[in-house]
Amino acid sequence: MTHPDFLWRNPDPKPSYDVVIVGGGGHGLATAYYLARNHGLTNVAVLERGWLAGGNMARNTTIIRSNYLWDESAAIYEHSLKLWEGLSAELDYDLMFSQRGVLNLAHNLSDVREGRRRVNANRLNGVDAEWLDADEVKKFCPIINVSGRVRYPVMGATLQRRGGIAKHDHVAWALARKADEYGVDLVQGCEVTGFEITNNRVVAVQTSRGRIAAGKVALAAAGHTSVLAAQAGLRLPLQSHPLQALVSELLEPVLDCVVMSNAVHVYVSQAHKGELVMGAGIDAYNSYGQRGGAHVIEAQMAAALELFPIFSRVRVLRTWAGVVDVSPDASPVIGPTPVEGLYLNAGWGTGGFKATPGSGWVYAHTLAHGRPHPLAEPFGLDRFTTGALIDEHGAAAVAH
Amino acid sequence: MLLIDCPHCGPRDETEFRYGGQAGIAYPTGETSDARWAEYVFLRDNPKGWFRERWFHVHGCRTWFDVERHTVTHEIRNTT
Repeated sequence: MTHPDFLWRNPDPKPSYDVVIVGGGGHGLATAYYLARNHGLTNVAVLERGWLAGGNMARNTTIIRSNYLWDESAAIYEHSLKLWEGLSAELDYDLMFSQRGVLNLAHNLSDVREGRRRVNANRLNGVDAEWLDADEVKKFCPIINVSGRVRYPVMGATLQRRGGIAKHDHVAWALARKADEYGVDLVQGCEVTGFEITNNRVVAVQTSRGRIAAGKVALAAAGHTSVLAAQAGLRLPLQSHPLQALVSELLEPVLDCVVMSNAVHVYVSQAHKGELVMGAGIDAYNSYGQRGGAHVIEAQMAAALELFPIFSRVRVLRTWAGVVDVSPDASPVIGPTPVEGLYLNAGWGTGGFKATPGSGWVYAHTLAHGRPHPLAEPFGLDRFTTGALIDEHGAAAVAH
Repeated sequence: MLLIDCPHCGPRDETEFRYGGQAGIAYPTGETSDARWAEYVFLRDNPKGWFRERWFHVHGCRTWFDVERHTVTHEIRNTT
């Protein structure tokens, strides 16, 4: 038996790089890939304190969609979705990207109004969107209970047919392999412990594997961004929360679309392997503990069972949590920071997975040019002072 | 689930409470710049470690109080 080829080298860090990316999750790897592919920057390191894609990239519920309400969000998430549509071929790796359709359920009149409004907003932005009434929902997803005799009746849903799921691990591995092929160093087991800042310019990072000089430093550390930023003297509008999810035992194919409900805090799909993948809302308190309360799971299961009575005897296989960095307007924060050469890509909160390629694309551009990509421009830190928020709480904050 | 020691009712399940975020955020007084206002509205500490935070016993005595809790272990060491 021979070991299959490794997908990437496992190099020791060099003393210096043009760009050091802190965080080897999906966004960090995508950023490295697009830095090399789009901008020819290959003297790049991705520093990961654990192992590649072992944080939220391994913990999300893999839902991909772009049906956000506001123009700024629709633009960046739709850019991401378009990248997803070509990514398996481009990375030469089957990402199991399945555009099976995403339903966002409406349970009351205000949900219906909000949903219809979002469908119209999406269409104006070139994002595919349809409104389904309850009967059409039943036709699209026959196992949903649309009877009126439940606590949260299904009164309709928005449908984005181009939305779906992908296999998260494959995404990380494919991006890592390509970035590595371009010459990017993916350095695991390398924790950033501080920043060397001279005349308000970052010149190096201190790590558990020594000092590494850097032309630019790009944070891509999701829930741990605040901790890193504090080492550079920055206070950010981010709060870290546990976000829980679970999978069931493996089942025969029973659910061939993604169903999300903001009102009852549950989203469900069936992975290719057969397990039901369900996500909850965040736990209320700040935490870095990668775990949450059982009562959150219980509430989520209660909602899921009302929607899908057929799941009543399905067993939960395991539950877990990731640490998500939530911003005040439930939109990401991308761009330069008050420290020269230090860049930020954070605040994706509960919805970062779907943005993986789009986030990497605009962040790489921002790093390469030293100014925000046009799609990233509205997402700068200064919006919290100017008041130009991109408030996606209504459209997306719960089930992201 | 957290067991939170309400100063009025004693130890109760987390589900009886609502979370209020960081404690000790004072309303700005006097001349307030946009930056200072933004800080008051949007910026909160987000430490990995001990954190002073507000909890509201919404399904109990309806008291707001402060809790010192560790954001990794979730241990609570002090409530006032």
